[in-house]
Amino acid sequence: MTNIKLSKESVLGLIALAIFVGLSLFTPGFLSSGNINSMMFQLPEFGLIALGMMVVIITGGIDLSITYIAAFSGVGAALMMTNGFGIFPAIIVGIIFALACGAFNGVVVSKIGVPPILVTLGTMVLFEGVILAITNGNAISGFPDAYSLIGNGYYLGIVPFSLVIFFVFTIITGLLLNKSTWGRRVYMYGSNDLATLFSGVKNSKVLMKVYLYASLLAAVSAIIMTSRYNSVKVDLGSSYLLQSVAAAVLGGTNIHGGYGKVMGTIYAVLIFQFIRNGLNLMGVHSSLVDVVIGAILIAVLTLNFFSDKLSRQKAKAAS
Amino acid sequence: MSDYILEMEHISKTFPGVKALDNVELKVKQGEVHALIGENGAGKSTLIKVLAGVHEADEGGRYLFEGIDADIHRPLDATLKGISIIYQDLSLFPNLSVAENIYIGRDSNKKPWTKINWKSMKELAGKALDELEMDIDLNKRVELLSIAQQQMIEIARALAFDSKLIVMDEPTSSLSSGEVEKLYRVIDKLKERGISVIFISHKLKELFRVSDRFTVLRDGQFVGSYDVEEIDEQQLIKRMVGREVVYENNTQKAAVGEKVFEVKNFSKEGNFKDINLSLYEGEILAVTGLVGSGRTELAQSIFGVNKADEGTLWLNGKDLKINSSEDAVKQGIAYVPEARQTQGLVLEQSIVNNMTLPVIDALRNKLKLIDRKVEKELTEQYIKSLDVRPSMPDLAADKLSGGNQQKVVIGKWLSAQPKLLIIDEPTNGIDIGAKTEIHKLLRRMVKEGIGVIMISSELPEVLSVSDRILVMSRGRIAGELNTLEADQEKVMNLALDTEEPEDKRQPEGAESTVHQEV
Ligand SMILES: Nc1ncnc2c1ncn2[C@@H]1O[C@H](COP(=O)(O)OP(=O)(O)OP(=O)(O)O)[C@@H](O)[C@H]1O
Ligand SMILES: [Mg+2]
Repeated sequence: MTNIKLSKESVLGLIALAIFVGLSLFTPGFLSSGNINSMMFQLPEFGLIALGMMVVIITGGIDLSITYIAAFSGVGAALMMTNGFGIFPAIIVGIIFALACGAFNGVVVSKIGVPPILVTLGTMVLFEGVILAITNGNAISGFPDAYSLIGNGYYLGIVPFSLVIFFVFTIITGLLLNKSTWGRRVYMYGSNDLATLFSGVKNSKVLMKVYLYASLLAAVSAIIMTSRYNSVKVDLGSSYLLQSVAAAVLGGTNIHGGYGKVMGTIYAVLIFQFIRNGLNLMGVHSSLVDVVIGAILIAVLTLNFFSDKLSRQKAKAAS
Repeated sequence: MSDYILEMEHISKTFPGVKALDNVELKVKQGEVHALIGENGAGKSTLIKVLAGVHEADEGGRYLFEGIDADIHRPLDATLKGISIIYQDLSLFPNLSVAENIYIGRDSNKKPWTKINWKSMKELAGKALDELEMDIDLNKRVELLSIAQQQMIEIARALAFDSKLIVMDEPTSSLSSGEVEKLYRVIDKLKERGISVIFISHKLKELFRVSDRFTVLRDGQFVGSYDVEEIDEQQLIKRMVGREVVYENNTQKAAVGEKVFEVKNFSKEGNFKDINLSLYEGEILAVTGLVGSGRTELAQSIFGVNKADEGTLWLNGKDLKINSSEDAVKQGIAYVPEARQTQGLVLEQSIVNNMTLPVIDALRNKLKLIDRKVEKELTEQYIKSLDVRPSMPDLAADKLSGGNQQKVVIGKWLSAQPKLLIIDEPTNGIDIGAKTEIHKLLRRMVKEGIGVIMISSELPEVLSVSDRILVMSRGRIAGELNTLEADQEKVMNLALDTEEPEDKRQPEGAESTVHQEV
C-alpha cells in the first residue's frame, strides 16, 4: 500500500491540470495567447461568485440571490456613474447596495430562522423585481474610460487586473475561513449548530457575516463584470448562479455544511472554465457544452462517492 | 447444540492507528444476562458493533450464533437472525413518530412498495410500550421526547422484534432510578422467556443486581469471564482498571464562604416556577429530581439558551443580563449539557476544534488570526489532565468512545476558566476510574473558587459528591437537604413530592408530567 494520500482537493487539482494539458495538446488554439488571455479575463467574475456561494454552503445554506445581488450592486454603481459621480463613490455605493441585500438575507435567515433556500429564493425574485423597477428592463451603459480598466486592464502589462483582484480575495477568503475565529465558527456551525449554540457561539452573528461576506464577493464580481461589459442589465451574471453551486459542490464542499475548501472551489472553477472554453474552440454548440458540464459534474460526484466508500472499506480492511 | 447462544473467540479489530480489540472472547448462554464491562475505550461498543455487523472483525476470529457460523456482515443480517442492539448513541429517527420508530426495519426484506400496515404498526408499538409500562403518545414525534424517554423507545424497539439476543449498550445512562427499575423488571421478563441479554454499563452496583455473568475487557484485551457468585465489586474494578480505585465519599462539610451566585424568582411557563437558589463559595450544590422535573430546563435558562420569562441572576456581586449563551460565557458561566452527541460536541470536527470553541477568541495572535500552536498546546494540556484516549488532538470527536467524548466536553469548559460551572449529568457513561477523577476535579474547581452546580439523576453520585442538595419536582424546588444528613429515601420523598397539584394527574414513579422540548 502506498503511503501517499492525496486530499480531495489535490486530486481535483490534478484533474484540472490533466484537462488543461489534454486541451492544449488536442485543441488547436487553446494555448494561443489570445485564448489564454480571454480565459484569464473570464475567470475572476465567476470565481468570486463561486467563493461566495461556497462560504454560504459551508454553513449548510445556499444563496440563490447571489447573482441578483451582483446585478443590483452593478446597477447601483452604474447609476452613480451615469449621474456624474466619480468611480470611487460609485464603487462604494455598489458595495453598499450589495451589503444591504446581504444584510437582509442574513437577518431573515439568522434572526427569524427561515431556511436559507426559501429566503434567498424569495429575495432572488425580490431583487430582480427591484432592479426591473429601477431600470425598466433596460441596460445602463456608458461608464468613464478609467472604470473599464478594472475589468479590461493589465497589471504590469501581462496579468489582467481583475485576476489580481480575484487572487487577493481568494487569499482573504482562505485566511478568513482557516485562520479567523469567524471561519472556525462557520465550519463548526455548519457541522452542528446546536453544539455551537451550547458553546456560547452567537449563531446569528456568524450567519449574518456569512451572508454579508457572500454579498461583498458578489459586489466585487459585479464591479468587474460591469467594467468588462461597460454595461449592466438585470441578468448580469445570472448564468453563474447555478454554476457557482455546481463549482462549490464539485470542489468538495459538503452540501449539508461543515466542509469546504477554497482550493477545491478554485480548481472546480478552472475545470469549468477550461472545458467550456475548449469545447467552444472545438465548435461544439453552447447548449451541448452545458450537457457536457452537467455530465462531468455527475461523473465526478459519483466518483467521489465511490472513492469515499472505497477508502472507508480500505480502512476497514487495513488490518 | 451447545448451551451458548453466542460464541465469539479470537476477535480482533484494528482501526487506523488503534487496535480497539485484541483477541477478545465473549460467550453468552441462552437466557442469561451477561454484563460486558471495562473502562472508557476498552472496546465494549466496538465488540458489540462487530457482533451486530456494523464493523467487520479482522481475520482469524470465530463467531458462532446458535452454534453455527454467524455469517453476519451487515446490521440487517443480525436483525434477521434475532439480534437486537440498543446503541450507546441513540439511533432513532427524530422526525418520525414513536410508533414508526419502534416498527422501522421490520419491512426491510419486503418489496419497497409493500403497503405499510399502520394498524398493526400501532398495535405492535403499543404492546412493546405496555410491557415497559410506558405511557407515551404513539403519534408523537420522537424529537419531542426527553432523552430518557427516547432510550425507552429504543428498548421498546428491541422488544418488538422478538429477538433472541438483545444487546443494551449503556441503556441506563440517562434514565432516572424509577425508569431503571422498570427496565430491570423487563429484563427479568426477558430472562423468563429465554431471551439472552448483553448489558453494558459503568454502574457496577446495578450490574450485580441484573447480571448472571461478567466479561471484563481492558484496553481492547480480554481479561476474563466470571459468574456473579464468584466475584465481588472490588475485584471486578481491579480487573477492569488494573489497579485499585479508592472511592472517597465526601464526609466533610465544606467550609462555606460568601455567596457567589444567586437565582432569584426564576420562572418559565411550562418549565419551572419560582426558583430561588444560592450557591456559596467552596460548596458543590447538587440539583436532583426525576427526569422532567425541570432541572435541565433551569440550567439551560441560566445559560441563556432557553430564556426564562422572569427572574434575575446574580454572580460575584453583579446582577447579570443574559440573553444568549454568548452572554453567559462572557460572564463566566459554563454549561456541560446532558446530550453530549448533539449539544456537547461537533462530532465530525477534531478534538482541538471542539475543545477550543468557547475560548477561540482568546487564542488569537497579533494578527487576530487563530494561533494554531497555542491552540494545540492548550488542547494537549487538557487531553493529558483528563486522560482522553487516544491522545490525538486532530482526531474527529466521533472516533472517540462515549466516555472519552464526555471528557472532551468537560475539557472544553475547563479551558474557558469559568466562574460558574453547571454540569448536567457529569459522569453519564463514564467509567469508575474517570468518574472519581471527574469528581475530584469538581472538588478541585470548587477549592479554586469556581462555583459548581451539579445536576445528576444518580443518587449515589449526588450523595457522595455534593455538599448540599436541592430536589426539584415538577418545575419547583421541592426541598433542600444537607448532604451529610441526606439519604436516598429522603431525596426520593422530596422528588416524588405531590403537593400543589397543578395538574390533576398525580405523577407516579418517574413519569413526570412536566415535559418541555428545548
Ligand atoms: N471508527 C473508529 N475509528 C477509529 N477508532 C475508533 C473508532 N471507533 C472506536 N475507536 C477506538 O476504539 C477504542 C474502543 O472504543 P469503544 O467505543 O469500543 O470503547 P467503549 O469500551 O465502548 O468505551 P465507553 O465506555 O467510553 O463507551 C477507542 O480507543 C476508540 O477511540
Ligand atoms: Mg461504548
